[in-house]
Amino acid sequence: MTDLQIGPARGRRVLDAEGLLARRARQRLALKIVGYSILLAAAMVYVLPFLLSLISAFKTDPDISKNPVSLAFDRALGSPSLDGVKALDSDAVNFPRWTLNSIIVTVTVVFGRLVIASLGGYALARMRFRGRQLVFSLMLLVMGIPHIVLAVPQFIVLKQMNILNTYWAMILPMLFDCADLLIMKQFMEQIPPEMEEAAALDGATRFQTFRQVVLPMAAPGLLTLIILRSVGVWNEFLKVLIAVPAAPQLRTLPVGLASLQGEFGQSTPWATMLAGALLTTIPMAILFFLFQKHFKQGLASGAVKG
Amino acid sequence: MTVSSSLTPRGAIQKQRRVSNWLAADKRGGKSLFEHDVRTGWLFLAPFVLGMMVFIILPIFTALWVSFTDWSGITPPLQAKGVGLDNYRTLLVDDGLRRTDFARSIKNNFYYVIFVVPIQTTLAFVLAFVVHQKLLKGRDYFRLAFFFPSITSSIAVSLIFKFMFQTNGLVNKFVPGPDINWFGNSNGAIHNLLGVFGVNKSPRALSSQSLFGLSLWDWLSGPSVAMCAIMGCVIWTTSGTLMLLFLGGLQNIPESLDEAAILDGASAWKRMWLVTFPLLRPQVFLVLVLGLIGTWQVFDQIYAMSFGGPDKSTITPAFWIYYQSFRNGQAGLGAALAVVLCVIITFFTFVQRRIISDRSVES
Repeated sequence: MTDLQIGPARGRRVLDAEGLLARRARQRLALKIVGYSILLAAAMVYVLPFLLSLISAFKTDPDISKNPVSLAFDRALGSPSLDGVKALDSDAVNFPRWTLNSIIVTVTVVFGRLVIASLGGYALARMRFRGRQLVFSLMLLVMGIPHIVLAVPQFIVLKQMNILNTYWAMILPMLFDCADLLIMKQFMEQIPPEMEEAAALDGATRFQTFRQVVLPMAAPGLLTLIILRSVGVWNEFLKVLIAVPAAPQLRTLPVGLASLQGEFGQSTPWATMLAGALLTTIPMAILFFLFQKHFKQGLASGAVKG
Repeated sequence: MTVSSSLTPRGAIQKQRRVSNWLAADKRGGKSLFEHDVRTGWLFLAPFVLGMMVFIILPIFTALWVSFTDWSGITPPLQAKGVGLDNYRTLLVDDGLRRTDFARSIKNNFYYVIFVVPIQTTLAFVLAFVVHQKLLKGRDYFRLAFFFPSITSSIAVSLIFKFMFQTNGLVNKFVPGPDINWFGNSNGAIHNLLGVFGVNKSPRALSSQSLFGLSLWDWLSGPSVAMCAIMGCVIWTTSGTLMLLFLGGLQNIPESLDEAAILDGASAWKRMWLVTFPLLRPQVFLVLVLGLIGTWQVFDQIYAMSFGGPDKSTITPAFWIYYQSFRNGQAGLGAALAVVLCVIITFFTFVQRRIISDRSVES
């Protein structure tokens, strides 16, 4: 600012000031270029792995083992080719079925969880009854227990229930999530109670009030939660891994993908594995691009999994 | 602060609650518009409570029980024989391979935690700070690029990284020196560093002493080369998620604060450290503790990238629980391991609770 206040009467000083301004502008430009270059390089670190996988998925085995870094196809070695992608649907490797399983499990679990958690969350938020505090404290207590610790005993429960290697074994253990219930409770507490009272005075039952007044008002928050949880369930690995150990046809995409490494004997089928990795990612990428705003909101509001 | 003034907000809340008569009716023993709030309440909660009992509470007790048996994981569990504290003794007291392996898994995971948590937190903070700048062109695209790995399946990311960490892969193109066989190298990073200075063998003082069956020299190995590759993969994946948490905090800081600092002549660097950073303390704590809890449970990446190898240099307690229980016919031992891991993680969860409750008091 001081540079500009120098009077025009002193010619030399003005020239100096202009020179200073020009130098500063140049410095700023240089800084800008350096800054953007670093940032672009950082962004490349995040984008390049996906790009390389996308291209490598269409390479032939000889090409991919000779040029695992190249972003171009070597036509002499037969690339681009669909062989890697086609191998996703062979005898032991059943990606179409695994995709279907992933969809079934994700939709069922997210929907079921929402129903269970919203009902429970409403009870905790709005009703006062004996035992409410007990359930609440119990939830806080067990929330921090790591998944892997429950893996062995959950396996026993599934075994004793005789539902190992069925859809039920994947779906049931994922239906009950303490964090979801707490988030629902928060949603419901933020809704002004006057609406519910009005509904009650009109003679609505608690369930009618819940379905026709509370749920619609909580809908925007619910949508954010649905999207975040869909990603979580779609990508869930350990729980599915222990639920269907002896039923390859029931694997979901992540578990199927992890099993690929052993299916092809000695050589690693990179093109197929990378194609599978991308196929697992694409549905979530679509969800992400459609609902970007909700990811931001959900994470900012703390609906993140601990 | 006096007692009465600290009670005022709570009193106000209670009053507000009482205003909505219907909602609090039967707490006060009065007649509710719905006379069976107890029944409706439990009815609404029933599906969740039932599920929680069967799939969370019951398994907790089962885990405890199994840890006192010799169950193999294959035979009917109810036929397992009780062995008392044997599994715990094998893990913590008795000299032998099992105890050494357990110590090894703790060591591996420990190095993993102390490298991953600080690096991913710093990286996430820097990324958030940069993409928060209003003058940055295309910042939505940058955010997108940094966050995208977070929604990708951990297994998919692991395979992509395994591909890039091949001996003739992408990563080695950027690392100077001879190509590294990342997943075939079990040497510790600290050992390698000492090797540069000519210390290739353990000093006698360190090899003669051992802790839980692992010599002090081995304890001081640092993360193995294979583990470093896994750490790189995890940091790359999680920094975007954590960036978004920081970004949420940054957006809550009023611009006027920064403007005031500019008027006072503070440089950008000073503004970041003296204005922005202190205001982000709740997020920093949250990210650190989430990181601590998450990193002590690392499993997916180990399973998909190294399966514990080479030479058990990437086994972690979580992976070892899985391996012993489901691949090695030692579910009893696995369960005892699970209980020990649970104690470790519960410790961090308590720390988290305290920090989060401190935070809610502050706000």
